[in-house]
Amino acid sequence: MKKQKSSKPRVGKIIFKKEGDLPMAAISMADMRSNKTGKWRSTRPVIDYSKCISCMICWKYCPDAAINIQDGKPEIDLDYCKGCEICIEECPVKAIKSEKEKK
Amino acid sequence: MHRRVSCQSDQIRKREKIKRMADITKKVVTGNHAVSYGALLSRAEVIAAYPITPQTEVVEKLSEMVANGELRAKFINVESEHSAMAACIGASATGARAFTATSSQGLALMHELLHWATGARLPIVMANINRSMGPPWNIWSEQTDSLAQRDTGWLQFYCENNQEIIDTIIQAYRVSETVYLPAMVVLDAFYHSHTMEGVEIPNQSAIDAFLPQYNPIYKLDVNEPHTFGGLTSPEWYYELRYKIQSAMDKSIKVIKDTAREYEKITHRKYGLLEEYRTEDADMLIVAAGALSETVKEAVDLLRQKRKTRIGLLRIRTFRPFPKEDIKKILKNVEIVGVIDRNISFGNEGIFFQEIKSALCNEKIKPGIYGFIAGLGGRDVMVEDIIGVADILAKPGNKKDIVWVGAKI
Amino acid sequence: MGRGKDMKLSIPEIEIMSPGHLACQGCGATLAFRYAIKALGKKTIVAIPACCWSVIDGPFPYSSAGVPVFHTAFETAASTASGIKAALEIKGIGDVNVLAWAGDGGTMDIGIQALSGAVERGEDIIYVCYDNEAYMNTGIQRSSSTPQGAWTSTTPVIKYKKMPKKDMIEIMVAHGIPYTATANIAFPEDFIGKLEKAKTIKGPKFIQIISPCPVGWKFSSHLTIKIAKLAFETCIYPLYEVKDGIYKVRRPNKKKGINEYLKMQRRFSHLDNSEIDNMQRWIDSKWQNLIEKEARSVPAEKYESPKSTKETKTTDIV
Repeated sequence: MKKQKSSKPRVGKIIFKKEGDLPMAAISMADMRSNKTGKWRSTRPVIDYSKCISCMICWKYCPDAAINIQDGKPEIDLDYCKGCEICIEECPVKAIKSEKEKK
Repeated sequence: MHRRVSCQSDQIRKREKIKRMADITKKVVTGNHAVSYGALLSRAEVIAAYPITPQTEVVEKLSEMVANGELRAKFINVESEHSAMAACIGASATGARAFTATSSQGLALMHELLHWATGARLPIVMANINRSMGPPWNIWSEQTDSLAQRDTGWLQFYCENNQEIIDTIIQAYRVSETVYLPAMVVLDAFYHSHTMEGVEIPNQSAIDAFLPQYNPIYKLDVNEPHTFGGLTSPEWYYELRYKIQSAMDKSIKVIKDTAREYEKITHRKYGLLEEYRTEDADMLIVAAGALSETVKEAVDLLRQKRKTRIGLLRIRTFRPFPKEDIKKILKNVEIVGVIDRNISFGNEGIFFQEIKSALCNEKIKPGIYGFIAGLGGRDVMVEDIIGVADILAKPGNKKDIVWVGAKI
Repeated sequence: MGRGKDMKLSIPEIEIMSPGHLACQGCGATLAFRYAIKALGKKTIVAIPACCWSVIDGPFPYSSAGVPVFHTAFETAASTASGIKAALEIKGIGDVNVLAWAGDGGTMDIGIQALSGAVERGEDIIYVCYDNEAYMNTGIQRSSSTPQGAWTSTTPVIKYKKMPKKDMIEIMVAHGIPYTATANIAFPEDFIGKLEKAKTIKGPKFIQIISPCPVGWKFSSHLTIKIAKLAFETCIYPLYEVKDGIYKVRRPNKKKGINEYLKMQRRFSHLDNSEIDNMQRWIDSKWQNLIEKEARSVPAEKYESPKSTKETKTTDIV
């Protein structure tokens, strides 16, 4: 087995062209960030920051790790949000609204 | 003058031999303990095993070696062979040299994970003591258990005697860790496992130099987090299988090179195959395992008493199957009898099938006939082998498959 | 990423699991992993048998786990983890957690033998069963963890599951396990606290976390947390731990009727009132039993292994 240049995981999309580019077995080379699961969504959560109390419950309960904490406020990363709407359901001050995703 | 030179070199050889003797230990051990010594010398780091007759002594000895500090290893007393292989897989994936031993039903229970070890490219070494499959219960020698694992992607080495068992375990690690494939070292129930033979235990420092610590390219390491064996679509699964086949192909050369290196430290050489008195033979017996020692005796007898030009081709390496070497050897022979201590029901002996398939596209090939013998530990005697030679020597049509010594 | 100076988060901010994974919308099992890995940190190696997480993690050459993962065969989570731990120990790596991460089928059905073996041997591993109460990855077939009354694709409505859920925690207690607990994705602080406790305990640790599955339990994805909370509040899935034989049960403020939990999930929609009453009685008696166990519980006998009379050169024997 030829050693890859670095066995450290990389970021982004991994392109293989032929067998020789593959590692010896099915060994991961990068995380899943290149898979933009935002495409799955039919509705999008929209935060009304005037109501938001920064309790971070939406962040806590997001199965997609798609809510980031930005300057003390939750910020939904629409690249990954699958639109499950747990955040809308769990927001204690009803600060998140569901909007139809435009096709 | 000439004589003096030869005397001198004799002395040098003698001196070398004495020096070598100081480095090695001679012991009288069972085949099972030979396996344990092989694992000890290989410095196995994680051993996970479950008892099954006739393998038990292997792990008893190893647990003793671990307990008294002779072998620095973790010994996991798992609750099944399935878990034994799973633990070896976990350990090997974490970069440890893993070892286990089993037999028959135990090997069959491991089947799923034999594929797993190969797919994950983990160089685990396992000893399998050839024993028949039940029912009915039978604990004696038969090769069907290991040959039924033919397609799992494990290297398979069939040993003839206890010395070869020690030597093969050590070499198996080096081959496995070079090509990243697991290896099975196979010996016969009782003929090896419980039979004492004098063996040379190689010197540890020589083995350490021959087999350095296992240091894989990828392992489970928190500093370089990789996932192993994730869902792989048809887009690349196919190529990953090709890689396994390429590694098998490559292993042919690696086995030969390893044997050469090993010979340097022990003066014992093992190849893919063993040829015994084949130089001028026009009749060949093909066999593997302990059975081949009986064949050797029969060959000597036939050559001496009847002047039969007969030889033995011993299959030492079954996977990778050394097709090219077999073709070369069988090219010059008129007739071949393959003795299988195994059976693929509905067809024939497994070595017989493999030998035939290796030759199928050859223009010149010998007549090849299959003999089933010694299933479930039935003794195969020298007379039985002579009987095989008689059948082969008789002109005219022959049965495709003969059950030697069966009361049928 | 950054938070305001005064913001207090109830769970660790570190995000190790990456987004972009392949879980269904509203997946409870994914939340469970996200929390687990926040608790255990980057110095963790995970063994995952066949389960939803074999897919969620992502296809080769990607992985969302953020820590080393070995995908292993269905029944081998505990035995693979044992092997990983043994290798780490022999290499002198002591500060890495070994986590077996399996579904309920891989834990209570096909993997119970390996788990039982590992716990009996005293393997120093953390085993988490994310419990979605059926074989979800293969299409919602019944497991021994499926609760009484539930529809699954192999227990169709007219033949819904008659037997109650297997009580895995009691099985673990019977093994004399040093630490076992249930957890709930609606209470990540509790789950993370239990994992942090587990990290400090030597020997096997078993945590079973309820992970509602919108697809398999037949509810809309936004209700995952709500349903998980109800599982706790109705006491159908009590939150408790057993440490060295001592039970500690967390009580809901007000115990709710089971109907509230059942009616939100279409897997129970065929149940009539008498069946629901039956179920309520069973839950009540089970809960009562648990409370009594807690009151009665005494520390488990401490088993001190006898000192060897002979000095051995190494203590590497497991």
